[in-house]
Amino acid sequence: MIRYTLKRFLSLCISLAVASLLIFFVIEIAPGDPASFMLGINAQPDTVAALRAELGLDVPKFERYLAWTQGMLTGDFGMSYTYRTPISQMVADRLWVSLPLALFALALSTIIALPAGIYAAARRGKTGDVAVMSATQLGVAIPNFWFAMMLVLIFAIKLRWFAGGGFAGWDKGLGAVMWSLTLPAISLALPQAAILARVMRSALLDVMNEDFMRTARAKGLTTTQTLWKHGLRNALIPVLTIIGLQFSFLLAGGIIIEQVFYLPGLGRLVFQAISARDLIVVESVVMLLVFAVIVVNFAVDLAYATVDPRLRART
Amino acid sequence: MNRNLIIGLILSAIAILAALVSFIWTPFDHVAMNIPAKLQTPNLTHWFGTDHFGRDIFSMIMVGARTSIAVAFVAVGIGMGLGIPLGLWAAARKGSYVDELIMRANDLIFAFPSLVIAILITAIFGAGAVNAIIAIGIFNIPVFARVVRGAALPIWEREFILAARVAGKKAARISVEHILPNVLNLLIVQATIQFSLGILAEAALSYVGLGAQPPTPSWGRMLADAQTLVSIAPHLALIPGFAIIITVMGLNLMGDGLRDHLNPRTRVART
Amino acid sequence: MSLLDITNLSLSISGTPILRDVSLSVNTGEIVAVTGESGSGKSLTVLATMGLLPTRSQTTGTIALEGQDLLTTSEADLCNIRGNNIGMVFQEPMTALNPVQTIGAQVAETILIHGTMSKSDAMARAADVLTRVGLPQDQFPLSRYPHELSGGQRQRVVIAMAIALRPKLLIADEPTTALDVTTQAQILDLLQDLARDYDMGLLMITHDLAVVSDMADKIVVMRLGKVVEQGETKSLLTNMQHAYTKMLFAASGHQVKLPDLPASDVLLSVKNVVRDYTTPRKTVFGSKGVFRALNGVSFDIKRGERLGLVGESGCGKSTLTRAILGLEDVQDGEITLEGATVFTGQKPNLAVRRKMQVVFQDPFGSFNPRHKVARLITEPFHLLETPLTQEERQRLINQTLTAVGLDPSDANKYIHQFSGGQRQRIAIARALIIQPDLIVFDEAVSALDVSVRAQILDLLANLSAKYNLTYLFISHDLSVVRTITDRVLVMQRGEIVEQGETEQVFTAPNHPYTQELIAAAPVLPDLQHLKG
Repeated sequence: MIRYTLKRFLSLCISLAVASLLIFFVIEIAPGDPASFMLGINAQPDTVAALRAELGLDVPKFERYLAWTQGMLTGDFGMSYTYRTPISQMVADRLWVSLPLALFALALSTIIALPAGIYAAARRGKTGDVAVMSATQLGVAIPNFWFAMMLVLIFAIKLRWFAGGGFAGWDKGLGAVMWSLTLPAISLALPQAAILARVMRSALLDVMNEDFMRTARAKGLTTTQTLWKHGLRNALIPVLTIIGLQFSFLLAGGIIIEQVFYLPGLGRLVFQAISARDLIVVESVVMLLVFAVIVVNFAVDLAYATVDPRLRART
Repeated sequence: MNRNLIIGLILSAIAILAALVSFIWTPFDHVAMNIPAKLQTPNLTHWFGTDHFGRDIFSMIMVGARTSIAVAFVAVGIGMGLGIPLGLWAAARKGSYVDELIMRANDLIFAFPSLVIAILITAIFGAGAVNAIIAIGIFNIPVFARVVRGAALPIWEREFILAARVAGKKAARISVEHILPNVLNLLIVQATIQFSLGILAEAALSYVGLGAQPPTPSWGRMLADAQTLVSIAPHLALIPGFAIIITVMGLNLMGDGLRDHLNPRTRVART
Repeated sequence: MSLLDITNLSLSISGTPILRDVSLSVNTGEIVAVTGESGSGKSLTVLATMGLLPTRSQTTGTIALEGQDLLTTSEADLCNIRGNNIGMVFQEPMTALNPVQTIGAQVAETILIHGTMSKSDAMARAADVLTRVGLPQDQFPLSRYPHELSGGQRQRVVIAMAIALRPKLLIADEPTTALDVTTQAQILDLLQDLARDYDMGLLMITHDLAVVSDMADKIVVMRLGKVVEQGETKSLLTNMQHAYTKMLFAASGHQVKLPDLPASDVLLSVKNVVRDYTTPRKTVFGSKGVFRALNGVSFDIKRGERLGLVGESGCGKSTLTRAILGLEDVQDGEITLEGATVFTGQKPNLAVRRKMQVVFQDPFGSFNPRHKVARLITEPFHLLETPLTQEERQRLINQTLTAVGLDPSDANKYIHQFSGGQRQRIAIARALIIQPDLIVFDEAVSALDVSVRAQILDLLANLSAKYNLTYLFISHDLSVVRTITDRVLVMQRGEIVEQGETEQVFTAPNHPYTQELIAAAPVLPDLQHLKG
């Protein structure tokens, strides 16, 4: 188990290092100089040079990469070109919107999908199964931002149960925050729940064909007992993978959903930074998202080992 | 032919037909503005109504199908063109550093939230259909590489591969001659799924303004334009939404149907 | 009234009739063996008894356990009977256990699901039962997971689960088919002991007639869903009535007549071959382990000689096959065919490979399902330096297909249109078509039914006479090796422990391992002797 954890941790570190290099490189080859962009086309060359020095753009690339990664490790993300404020502060504020949204959506997706998938697998080929599968077929085809617009149309504009957009702010209390994130979370979660339910169902159906399920029946377990005691834990392995992947979809999907609901999250920050060519902000936010995804995948790998004893032993 | 396949083929055919016909005919010029006729609900002249500039939505949907399908199609092509050879190569050299390198690179791409990178690419290199294609295409590469490798590995264990090796055939030749034909079914199914995901991704990118640029119509941007008007003219949002859903669902049903149709085991079980 | 009475059981699945009027009975303490070739319906007969038939099955007749008809018993009551009154052991121990649960939990589950026993009592009972089946607690604690055990040990766990509540009837479906011959002997002994100690009825399915004759009190012979003959073991063996039973026993002990061994030179020479595999580190900072699959293996094959190689799984047979065929290099030693090495530098030597071909075990996995027979069997032509003309190619296809007992028109069919035995003929055709000097048969008849196996062995003997074949015949089945080879090698843990003339080795084995192997292998009784 220690060996397995160490190995996974090493692979996490390598992934982070390579990802940071890639992101830095991509931003570097981006056409246009941030300093001249900020000062406009009529700026004097020496003013541009002064700003370049102030932004730290005049030192060699490699040193800048080191400074950037060192800063990231200590929580110092540098200064925004446009706002002239520490990026870490801007990001932290936005993170308190985007992260709760992603987690809320992940929780919703899992709570809806797993029972639906288990139910469909248990009733394979019967009406209940067909109904669940048809619903998921529709669910995976709906673009989440369109679904979000429909939710706004129905629940905010027609029924007036929710606000059509905006964020309550944490000073209003958890309840208000959750309320303002409910429609965004639902619109993010439902399409993902459809995928997860399908995975849960097919993973269970695969396990049901295993020899050990027949062994369990031969011991005198009923079909339902067999499913719960032997099927579920074995089926969980592929399901965990998808839950891990969904976290990254939800974080990314959040960026678009934030546009629909006018939420002041990371997505808004990224789009503002892009239009202002504030690339260091873009760079930092992207790195942060990648960091979150890699850490979640690490956690999923550790979860595998608790579910499957073969992994603990082998590596 | 099963029910999923038939329904899927019909729905996908509608979208593809709309795209093809739009090259030679649309009811109206899709860019022609007609302010007096703006925001009409569906009627006999304008079958799907008009938008806030009085443009004919039916024509825009037809031309938009072209954009969506072209972007998704080329993106799938990129994914297959690079992903399949990489996957075959990794499987043929299972456990070697080549395999390790290819699979780690795949993991790395998966670690990037795809939309974020698409946004990054289009942000840096400019918004537009070509960059959207590249952004979506990059994420198709590891998908195909993984599917091919995963399906190829058990085939490499089969005895007919050993027989081919005894016949002196090299890994590359075996990959093309024996492995590829036996993973083709899976690839066709995966391609339809990636195609549908590509259409969704293109819509999302266009929605945030990073896909095809005006005046090229696209379903995603039609939705973005509709957003502020949704309370007074819901059809502006409903119609492009349905267009996306029908196309994506058609492709997904086709994928499911093909999987059942091409897999001899399920085909036997059904009859 | 017997313990189990199956009367006129007929079964159809989705309208296709599978079983027709099957009747048999098992008494308390009696061992009944059901035998027959694939498709005989023997497995479905016992699944019907367990009430575990696939959905869409329709049955008529009765299956009475102590007078209670199981076919009309409700599913809830059947759950109480399974594990409690009837236990079952399956064929494939590697997959029959839940990989994510400890063996203790899985054995205790049988007890917990039926009894009122507390969890700790159930665990204590599980420990007792595991000890009884030969897994003592000091070596195999309850906390072990299935993947930490060998196939034979896993089968003992499955048996422990089946007998934990001392059922009256134990059903075993090919319980030793997936196991090595020495392990098989131990598991069969265990099952016999348990049946005697617990006074259980044992209903056992096996295709192996030697096992059947060895341990059964009663034999039931099935074919195509019908019972063709049944009776007390001794009387059935001495007085077979049905032609199919006679054919089955004759085919099981089938002997072929090999042509005389010509005097000749060495064709293949294997000298001091060593092959190591690295194994993963066991601890965080430990070094990688080394597993020596072949350890100083040396032997020769003369031209025209039929050499056998026997050994249990993991002894290095497959590694040796791959090394000889030049599919993998070796760390040390040399393999040469007529003086030329099979592996030169980093690459296999094509000039040598042209002279060797192979026939594999699995008649279903040996062929690319997407190619036609003509393309499949001509694959070795890839080895030729100059491609053949179309006419020459066609002539060789026709000639070879005819030689293996198929029709030239079969060349245009796909592989799924053939039966297992025909596929093995096609595999032989593929090996023959390039007229190699040496053919390796890797468990080539192991997956076949006995009647088909007898035909393939005859084919080999005929081809030997016709083409003066030289082959290496690798098998775990001693009786087959005995009849089809001139000389035999015995392999254990990567080493050749004994080699010699086949008859000599079988009648007077020198090495203790050879003696153990031969003693463990079940043998068909001498029917003439039984009668007398």
